[in-house]
Amino acid sequence: MSLDKLDLRVGDVVAERTFHLTRDSLVRYAGASGDFNSIHYRDDVAESVGLPGVIAHGMLTMGLAVQPVVDWLDNRGIILGYGVRFTRPVVVDPADGATVTVVAKVGALGEDETRVDLTVTFDDATVLGKAQVRVSLT
Amino acid sequence: MPVNPDLQGRVFPPTAPYLVGREKVREFARAVFATSPLNFDPAAAQEAGYDDVVAPPTFPVVVQEATLAQLLAEPDGGIDFSRVVHGEQAFSYSRPIVAGDELTATLTVTNIFDRAGISMVTAESTIVDASGAHVVTATSTLVVRGDDS
Repeated sequence: MSLDKLDLRVGDVVAERTFHLTRDSLVRYAGASGDFNSIHYRDDVAESVGLPGVIAHGMLTMGLAVQPVVDWLDNRGIILGYGVRFTRPVVVDPADGATVTVVAKVGALGEDETRVDLTVTFDDATVLGKAQVRVSLT
Repeated sequence: MPVNPDLQGRVFPPTAPYLVGREKVREFARAVFATSPLNFDPAAAQEAGYDDVVAPPTFPVVVQEATLAQLLAEPDGGIDFSRVVHGEQAFSYSRPIVAGDELTATLTVTNIFDRAGISMVTAESTIVDASGAHVVTATSTLVVRGDDS
């Protein structure tokens, strides 16, 4: 099955997913990525640099935010590019964790590529700016 | 010490080859909440035309890491890690990374921009495979706070 570009319109929501992050998620990401910056697992260190507490790795947020697009594409297209700005930290409470919501919408339709814009929110505010995935649909 | 403006345009030596392991891809995929069988199941990946499991889109950061370490360790660079915040990140792909790839990364400082006591340093890491073919370029913009901010 192919994704028929004619069926897509700018503004269409193509994927949506909610992620629940816990401190365990951060430890897991630290090990998998090799990013052991202690602001991602020590409240005292996070607070010493002016944060309210332990925050998620920006690259973890970026990494999970593209997953709904990966699943939507399946094997019917490829990702040409992906970029974000880190605009706000995701503070992960030791007991309650943090819930991050991703909504993926068609941002632009071109001849050779389609731009999917991600809205990534935590605590009612967006945490990634200009989060865009460029895909080629086959 | 402020960020050294002479860094702009500097090209660092290529990193030692990074061999992408199947279990590393799976571990990274689990960590970013991936669910695609292409990330976990070699048979599914092969059916889709890949040699082995496919790494998630942000996996190149694992390879890029070594180049950013070079940049931060540059003796005359003036980039104090404790003052660095990750401002932006982008990837531009020629193809997905697949387990078995042997990757080498080369960092170039493409831009330094100072404003209101902060420096924005843009570092572009070009990642190629064992044949020298381009796989992905990972670009980070680091925000470096000055001494008094």
